[in-house]
Amino acid sequence: MVNLLMANPDPTVVERVERPAEPPPTAEPVPPLTFEVKNLSIWYGQKRAINDVTLDVASNAVTAIIGPSGCGKSTFIRCLNRMHELVPKTRIEGRVLLQGEDLYSSAIDPAIVRRRVGMVFQKSNPFPTMSIGENVVIGLRLNGVRSQKFLNERLEKSLRMAALWDEVKDDLHKPGTSLSGGQQQRLCIARALAVQPEVLLMDEPCSALDPIATAKIEELIYELKSQYTIVTVTHNMQQAGRISDYTAFFYLGKLIEFGPTTKIFTNPSERQTEDYITGRFG
Amino acid sequence: MNLNSGRADNHHWRKVKNMLASATTFVSALLVIAPLALVFFHLLVNGASSVSWDFFTHLPKPVGEAGGGMVNAIVGSLQLLALASIIGIPIGVLGGVYLAEYGTARVNWMLRFVADVLNGVPSITWGVVVYGLVVLRFKGFSAYAGGLALGLIMIPLILRTTEEVILLVPNGYREAALALGVARWKTIVHIVMKTASKGIITGILLALARVGGETAPLLFTAFGNRFWNHNLNEPIAALPLQIFTYAISPYDDWHRQAWAGALVLVTGIFCVNVIVRVLTRQRTASIV
Repeated sequence: MVNLLMANPDPTVVERVERPAEPPPTAEPVPPLTFEVKNLSIWYGQKRAINDVTLDVASNAVTAIIGPSGCGKSTFIRCLNRMHELVPKTRIEGRVLLQGEDLYSSAIDPAIVRRRVGMVFQKSNPFPTMSIGENVVIGLRLNGVRSQKFLNERLEKSLRMAALWDEVKDDLHKPGTSLSGGQQQRLCIARALAVQPEVLLMDEPCSALDPIATAKIEELIYELKSQYTIVTVTHNMQQAGRISDYTAFFYLGKLIEFGPTTKIFTNPSERQTEDYITGRFG
Repeated sequence: MNLNSGRADNHHWRKVKNMLASATTFVSALLVIAPLALVFFHLLVNGASSVSWDFFTHLPKPVGEAGGGMVNAIVGSLQLLALASIIGIPIGVLGGVYLAEYGTARVNWMLRFVADVLNGVPSITWGVVVYGLVVLRFKGFSAYAGGLALGLIMIPLILRTTEEVILLVPNGYREAALALGVARWKTIVHIVMKTASKGIITGILLALARVGGETAPLLFTAFGNRFWNHNLNEPIAALPLQIFTYAISPYDDWHRQAWAGALVLVTGIFCVNVIVRVLTRQRTASIV
């Protein structure tokens, strides 16, 4: 298989590389996979945050990670684009494959991984020194794109995809921090989309937003999944039920149950999953 | 009722204590401001009359001749500050970035400790160090030596302020940039330092204001000069040095010039501090 991460060493080329069609390995139709996580364990110093997790993330679908605080949800999602490495003294065991390539192979630059796997954070964080427009294209700019025409096209496209264009098209020069909380979060989504990743990771993207702003983001997630693979962490059980196709329940660093959302919510196999979903703990 | 009267007494005594405490702090605050006010008042009374257009445009006159100015010292001071900036700003800023973004805990602890000790070193010590290292070796006082002494004083000052303002930049911005696939050094330069830029500039200005008034480190390095000097390898005039020389002289004319020089110097430093205030006010209002 062509090593896609290595095939794109020129940082000025941010265009998405065409994925080779994946032949179905078995007779039974299996949804194409974006991530294959195999026996993943992560330590922060002595503390084991993720314990032997094996999980496949389907392409062009929304996978929700649920579980009580401190169960390793955020750590898990961050290891999908190597963001957890920003914490010193982390150690990883097991493998994470993105389109079949090992993200943690020594030949791979974490920056390239993050360009392919974008991320939106819990707290919206538009850069305070930049305007709305600058915020959207900064990822392209700092990755070497100079063409103003290209930047302008991508600016509009990304803002439209994030359902923010109509609200801000006349105020692109205003500071990003002048927007409301929900708009700021959609601006952050536009910023992540502008570098054209293949995957969008969302770490509790709605937890700081009011219900109306939350509904907008949820709608957006639903629309984006036709083009992106989305993995989202959420504390909100109803949200997981509404937006996701697959749900993974984590508890104390372990993957307790993983499957189609309808099954997890209506007929969970594990007692712990049922207790958590019905609100008996967590 | 005993109980009630007791309470009333207590209440009364508490009010007195409260007033005493307020009065003490108020007097202390006055004592803090008083020296600045006194210095300014004194400088205005003694120096204002000698600050004229000539003061900024003419060379010092020989003893006995009235008039003249300190243009060579003013320009000399600016030259020395420029030389000091060339040494102090890059090393101080980059060192501060290292402390805030890269260094390990142990290295950082040591660097911080050393920087704090250096900040406490009396400025004349820097003069002696540069005298030994540069002036003796190259056999002569020079603007370079003076600039080096001032630059060395600036380094730990700028280092610590830069570190502090960079640490104030919320981690979310670093994460956001790194998650876009931006390289670490680009994140630091274009996101972190840009966000903290006003704070960094503030630190630089404060360091310049501090060394701009230094006399001791220049005594054995820049040495001073009564004339124009356009060769940085030669001794050069500086405002604080000129004030020092004139103030300890026995001549009334020179005393007046020294007062005027002091007024100009203090006003300059005051202006820098006002600029810093304006910058930091905007910073707290919008960004960090």
